[in-house]
Amino acid sequence: MYSEKVMDHFQNPRNVGTLPDANGVGEVGNIRCGDVMKLYIKVNENQVIEDIKFQTFGCGAAIATSSMITEIVKGMPISEAEKVSNRQVAEELDGLPPVKMHCSNLAADALKAAIEDYRQGQKA
Amino acid sequence: MRSIYLDHAATTPMRQEAYEAMIPYLTEKFGNPSSIHAFGRAARKDVDGARERVAKALNAAPQEIFFTSGGTEADNMAILGTAAQLRDKGKHIITSAVEHHAVLHTCEALATQGYRLTMLPVDKYGMVSPSQLAKAITDETILVSIMHANNEVGTIQPIRELAAIAHERGALFHTDAVQSLGNIPVDVADLQVDLLSASAHKLYGPKGVGLLYVRKGTKLGNIAYGGAQERNLRPGTENVAGIMGFARALELAAAEQPETYEHLAALRDKLIKGLTSLPAVSLNGHPQQRLPGNVNVSIERVEGESLILSLDMAGIAVSSGSACTSGSLEPSHVLMAMGLSHQKAHGSLRFTLGKSTSAADIDYVLEVIPGIIQRLRQMSPVQAGQE
Ligand SMILES: Cc1ncc(COP(=O)(O)O)c(C=O)c1O
Ligand code: FES
Repeated sequence: MYSEKVMDHFQNPRNVGTLPDANGVGEVGNIRCGDVMKLYIKVNENQVIEDIKFQTFGCGAAIATSSMITEIVKGMPISEAEKVSNRQVAEELDGLPPVKMHCSNLAADALKAAIEDYRQGQKA
Repeated sequence: MRSIYLDHAATTPMRQEAYEAMIPYLTEKFGNPSSIHAFGRAARKDVDGARERVAKALNAAPQEIFFTSGGTEADNMAILGTAAQLRDKGKHIITSAVEHHAVLHTCEALATQGYRLTMLPVDKYGMVSPSQLAKAITDETILVSIMHANNEVGTIQPIRELAAIAHERGALFHTDAVQSLGNIPVDVADLQVDLLSASAHKLYGPKGVGLLYVRKGTKLGNIAYGGAQERNLRPGTENVAGIMGFARALELAAAEQPETYEHLAALRDKLIKGLTSLPAVSLNGHPQQRLPGNVNVSIERVEGESLILSLDMAGIAVSSGSACTSGSLEPSHVLMAMGLSHQKAHGSLRFTLGKSTSAADIDYVLEVIPGIIQRLRQMSPVQAGQE
């Protein structure tokens, strides 16, 4: 059902955990339908995502897309990172079963929420 | 790596005896049982012999056995066939909220065609109550269909009592015995049912063959039309090899049933004890009225599909009622009907043990699962007490 890449990211997720010095946090999903994802980002003065971590409660695809998005955007300016789409994440994982595409939305949405949180923090 | 199959409720490996019983019918004994010549007569004789042996295993008469393509077709024949036959008598059908989709979706289809459907609730153990049935049944009720044992949580229903209530009001009683057959006693005279469905692949026989028991004197309408096979009720050239494999598997399963029960129940109890001693793990289903090979637990703050994948990587094959594994993204209707929270359904895991399961297999599961649970819980943003 899943590609080897999905299974690899599920088995050896990159960047799992929390970031104590995060300056942006995004949490999306809801426990009722099962998926909850929390993304922590640390954006430096050059507006680049210097570090990123995730925590996910969900299926194999949810965990793998969380892991993949952290790899994709680590070291990326936030202006570019916020354009990363769920399709892109799924493609990087060599595809997801159609019924699992919604899990990849979670990753893209959590990233956008984290970037938004960072921007709000900067304004304050 | 070890390879431990604990998903026997999904399907079982075919036993050698059943396989051997099939081979001649896939090769030299290829005759069509409906043919008049020697090739046909030989096949007819063997299919009739199989029908006798199957009938004996269920304590039925050979004329009461109708071979089908499996449990699903048998359920459809029982329900749609009764509805068609008795539509002038009444249009009310009663089933339970925890039936297999082969029953549930069939009843739901009738509900869109002018039949009235009552879905009996279950208690927290997944049990249907006879008093609820007594309240729901009317003179319009033509059929009550309640499964013998549940495929997800293993709860065994009080069939004899339920059937008696149906009969008092003149309704037919059907039971889906796909999961119970071979694991607990299944005797149609003792259960007092009019219709009973079974499937070969759940009892170490081949896939794609099953049967419907139809009590003598019970008339069903056709749901398919064609040849005169199976006494005009189930048209189509018989799956001769499948029927031969099924008969062999079923007669052995019936003879071995008491031993099977002992073997499975001991291992089941060992696994339940081990799993429920882990933090935030609870048993789903009935503590006593339970299939001997079924263990269903909810592991809080862990999602079922991640558990299945992790266990699979450790060589252990199981299933879950999590929304993430369902395709429809709805959690198991059985666990929901039992009143479990979405959260608990999400972390549900079903282990179904079988003939080849050993105590060492159970030890291995109990050895690897704590680490898997811990890894997934650590990855989760949902912490204890937060949900
Ligand atoms: C309770 C129950 N009924 C019916 C079926 C369907 O049987 P089959 O796969 O032979 O169509 C199953 C198997 O999944 C089952 O567990
Ligand atoms: S998180 Fe439920 S299907 Fe992916």
